[in-house]
Amino acid sequence: MDKVVSAKDAIAQISDGMTIGIGGWGPRRKPMALIREIIRSDLKDLTIVAYGGADVGMLCAAGKVKKVIFAFVSLDFIPLEPYFRQARQNADIDIMEIDEGMLLLGLRAAAWNIPFIPTSVGLGTDVIRNASDLAVIDSPYDDKEWVAMPALKLDVSLVHVDRADKRGVCQIKGPDLYMDDWFARAAEITIASCEEIVDSDYFSGADEARFVYWERSETNVVVPISGGAHPTSCAPLYGFDVEHFKEYNASAKEDGFDDYSASYIDGKDESEYQQAVGGLDAITSLPLPIY
Amino acid sequence: MTTTATEYKLCELMICAGAEAFADNGEVLATGIGIIPRLAASLAMKTSNPDLMMTDSEAWMVSQPNAISGRKLGDGQNQESWMGFSRIFDNVWGGKRHAMVGPSQIDQFGQTNISALGGTYRQPKVQMLGVRGFPGNSISHKNSFCVPAHSKRTFVSGECDVVCSIGYNRKRLPKGYSFEDIALGVVITDLCVMDWRGPNHQLRLLSLHPGISVQDVIDNTGFELSISDSVSTTTAPTKEQLAIIESLDPKGLRYKQLLNNPAGDRR
Repeated sequence: MDKVVSAKDAIAQISDGMTIGIGGWGPRRKPMALIREIIRSDLKDLTIVAYGGADVGMLCAAGKVKKVIFAFVSLDFIPLEPYFRQARQNADIDIMEIDEGMLLLGLRAAAWNIPFIPTSVGLGTDVIRNASDLAVIDSPYDDKEWVAMPALKLDVSLVHVDRADKRGVCQIKGPDLYMDDWFARAAEITIASCEEIVDSDYFSGADEARFVYWERSETNVVVPISGGAHPTSCAPLYGFDVEHFKEYNASAKEDGFDDYSASYIDGKDESEYQQAVGGLDAITSLPLPIY
Repeated sequence: MTTTATEYKLCELMICAGAEAFADNGEVLATGIGIIPRLAASLAMKTSNPDLMMTDSEAWMVSQPNAISGRKLGDGQNQESWMGFSRIFDNVWGGKRHAMVGPSQIDQFGQTNISALGGTYRQPKVQMLGVRGFPGNSISHKNSFCVPAHSKRTFVSGECDVVCSIGYNRKRLPKGYSFEDIALGVVITDLCVMDWRGPNHQLRLLSLHPGISVQDVIDNTGFELSISDSVSTTTAPTKEQLAIIESLDPKGLRYKQLLNNPAGDRR
């Protein structure tokens, strides 16, 4: 079996109106090359589920988004994502704002083919008042009420991994896989971009297989793109691009996303993008952050 | 033997007051979000409560807190287990955690907001972070607050614009719950130390930082406080505490957290 395709062919599997999960966390290990490919496409009216960063901000700014299901959208060292902020304050998008852990439960419910998972998370807060699609239910086992966190069923998930074989065995060697395993399991189709393609016997060496967190049956499409997480990090291979994020953030106050997109995305392929940001060597030389 | 310091900065007074909040917690994960809370939790682990647990703020549990500044790439740390973000929720929902966080708004019920200001759900006037993990934290484990600029903008009248965390609010109390199920710890500000143990869990003034009056606190709080007849003065740091704080923050990030880096004693 060979699941390797180009980014463009991978994105062609997405249709208008679909619900798309995006792996990573804030400015960390986001499948940004795939996001850029969506921005270059004609796709629209997407519902995005993510621990959001510039992935969500860029898609909102590019007019691809109908709704965002989120607990936060942040670049971490720049706390507020500038284009998400604009989209919210202009009422450009619908939202479902939930707790970080509720999002995890929603992915798990989808992965396990159950309609909801009961939780106390959200009780007593505006999360249950505002999100009209969240039910609070009685328990058959006690006298308390519980939030019924619904399954967040995803049509497609996009993740970025360190390496994969052509059958879709994906490895993440960074310190945290975040919720990528649940994004993969919650989706009908998972598209994994990767830093490199390796032979299947790569995983038989040493402890390599311990860094594979989901079965290859959960990965449907493999897209090799070295540096494909830029400007987010792909620890331990490279850190996030602080200077690029600063420029991106400043663009929201100056000439806007059209200008940013003209410089880096619109009409450019990924190799031209990488040239515009200093080349692949510059990306893979970005230092890791110290927390 | 400890020696009370005569010269110290306000941030250091707040760090030491914050550390006190973790002293009697036993073996829980101490999470301080932001420079002052993180140093407070780290100081507690180094002094009053060595049983505390802590992460490197990325993906590992550490048996000794990392310095928050001056570390170089490749510097080692005392790792004791993996603690990626998904596993944090296993700890949170089990309840063995005390977080100290810095909300943008706090109301009379101890409810807080980091999500958005003004406007509506669909169109906030100012989008901030989103609710993040506040709903789950607040109903699962103890939470304390750190406020760098005590004002009516933070301590709001009425309710928070977006209620991100559960508080002592009868109108929002879930079925089957009592106030005993909600654990709000202290509130450390640039003016004072407070807790939620006034009558009916009203916010209560515990101690004033040197040079601050009861009236200063009242004037900068948007709702009524419980004030006892004998409010104490916040305990000054010891020289030993200041040395540990310095070792945890050799580059002095703590001095950039409060406007103009005031002295701890403002008399």
